[in-house]
Amino acid sequence: MVTSTAEGTSQGRGATAPRPWGRLGAFLHRHWYAYAMVIPVVVVVGVIVLIPLLQNIYFSFTNINDSTIANPVLDRPARYEVVGLDNYGNVLSGDPSYGDFYDILVRTLLWTFGSVVFHYLFGLVLAVMLNRTLKGRGLYRVLLILPWAVPAFVSAFAWRYLFNADYGLFNAGLRGIGVADPPTWLGQSNLAMFAVIVVNIWLGVPFTMVALLGGLQSIPNELYEAAEIDGATPWQRFANVTLPGLRSVSATVILLGVIWTFNVFSVIFLITGTNNPNTRILITYAFERFFSGSTRDYAIAATYGVLTLSMLLVFTTIYLRVLRRQGEEAW
Amino acid sequence: MTATEAVVQTESRRSPPRRGGPPQRSDGRALRRSPLASVGLHAALIMASFIAIFPIFWVLVTSFKPDENALETTPKLINEPTVNNYSEVLAGDFGPFLTWFGNSLLIAGLTTVIGVFISATTAYAVSRFRFPGRRSMMLSFLVMQMFPFVVLIVPLYNLLLTFGLQGSVIGLVLVYCTTAIPFCTYLLKGYFDTIPIDIDEAGRVDGLSPFGVFWRLILPLARPGIAVTAFYAFLTAWGEVGFASAFLSGNSEGKTLAVGLQSFVSQTQVLWGHLAAASILIALPAVVVFYLVQRSLVSGLAAGGVKG
Repeated sequence: MVTSTAEGTSQGRGATAPRPWGRLGAFLHRHWYAYAMVIPVVVVVGVIVLIPLLQNIYFSFTNINDSTIANPVLDRPARYEVVGLDNYGNVLSGDPSYGDFYDILVRTLLWTFGSVVFHYLFGLVLAVMLNRTLKGRGLYRVLLILPWAVPAFVSAFAWRYLFNADYGLFNAGLRGIGVADPPTWLGQSNLAMFAVIVVNIWLGVPFTMVALLGGLQSIPNELYEAAEIDGATPWQRFANVTLPGLRSVSATVILLGVIWTFNVFSVIFLITGTNNPNTRILITYAFERFFSGSTRDYAIAATYGVLTLSMLLVFTTIYLRVLRRQGEEAW
Repeated sequence: MTATEAVVQTESRRSPPRRGGPPQRSDGRALRRSPLASVGLHAALIMASFIAIFPIFWVLVTSFKPDENALETTPKLINEPTVNNYSEVLAGDFGPFLTWFGNSLLIAGLTTVIGVFISATTAYAVSRFRFPGRRSMMLSFLVMQMFPFVVLIVPLYNLLLTFGLQGSVIGLVLVYCTTAIPFCTYLLKGYFDTIPIDIDEAGRVDGLSPFGVFWRLILPLARPGIAVTAFYAFLTAWGEVGFASAFLSGNSEGKTLAVGLQSFVSQTQVLWGHLAAASILIALPAVVVFYLVQRSLVSGLAAGGVKG
């Protein structure tokens, strides 16, 4: 509705204006404002994302690594060859020397859904509480959003220090209540996965909370008043007014949450590093193939990248389609 | 009075201060909340706030401890407090901290300004003009966020090398802008959608070009949206490690804080006190930016998600 008016104006102008360059000229005449405003982003994004992305997809069909890539310093030309679908076959076979794909996938899903579910639950509860009139609301809001403002590597440092087995505060507390042998949180066990998920939940709640708080404030008052007149209990008001009112924000927050969390690199990288198989997710493993080890297997890293992209594309397509059937739009 | 002023005035009179303002209904409900419920509400919020700030608070506490006191099995809140950690970090005992600080500010500042500006023009075009390619552009912004960016370091490195931007500030800024643009554009488009198109039309009647309307009328009205976007873009660049270590020149003078600090983490694993002090110094600018925009965060972010 908003855009149709603008379109009307520009169409009107297009019709009366002379068209010295024929159809293309008319097209440009009608849309040049829009394209002029869009072009910086299209150029920057096109060059910086599209070219490397296409190159990356191509790499995933080759055997490129540190010994076959072109090396201008040694004046060595590229020697890598196209190997077809070999990389995909190797990775998808689940062979441990190619990263035990299904094990990593399970961990990635656990990491993603563990984080997103709790981001949403905690974010929702806090947003509902903050949306009430109460003393100190502004202060609570500032304190609760603070984790978002702190650079990831500072938070990672803070949590690594808290989780430290010997002089971390958590284990000091456990010893204090009589646990003789408190666990090594960030060691080679599934506790490490638990720990990084806890950190990621802590990091992500503020964003969800703020987005949902915005959504709550856009729910019309009259709906709550009507519900109260009808004698709805607080729970009924929450279930029948608040939640439906948040559908649109929730759809977006959850979609972005899944996409972002799937590809969160910094938290695991900074807390347990890339050498802990217990906290391996797809993106950290791709990085591990890519940077550590003598081989620098760019081809396998690229393959993991393409597989990640494909899975998220499938998820998003289904997600958006289901939403559209329900009359919602998330992006 | 120009047409624009008239429209802006009627709009502001007509639309209730819904955005960002406290919800009016709560007043009615608050009166009926039992004292017990109030206590529960405050208790829950105090606990949540405690969890939110405690890790950072603990870094702050540690930053005043001598390194060896930061390694106790029963940590104390205060233990021979000193500001030596800060003075030594600032004096450059662990590398040119202030130079790194300047580099980080420059890079994050440029990312914020460039990223927000080009996201805003794009978002405005998407919000107001129905041009071919509009929907597919937004969808490709969504797809862009699905690819694990760290995997692109090699192709990006080659690309920056080709353009002669490898090792330069501007190359890194452009990469950061790219990672920030999709979400910034989405947010701002949502915000612009909430600004009535009457204002644009009145501006055009007064003889402004579409660019003039955008710059003189819409941008000032979109301040909360711009604030959130700026916050997001700033944070994208401020604490990033991976790209910064790959795309900045190897010499010590050219590093950002995040990269500089990484080298000092690996070399001096035991200097927790100094590390804590450096972390607090690095977190400060981000917290300042956060404090400046925090009033706009809720309303600015809301528009992105709430349609209609």
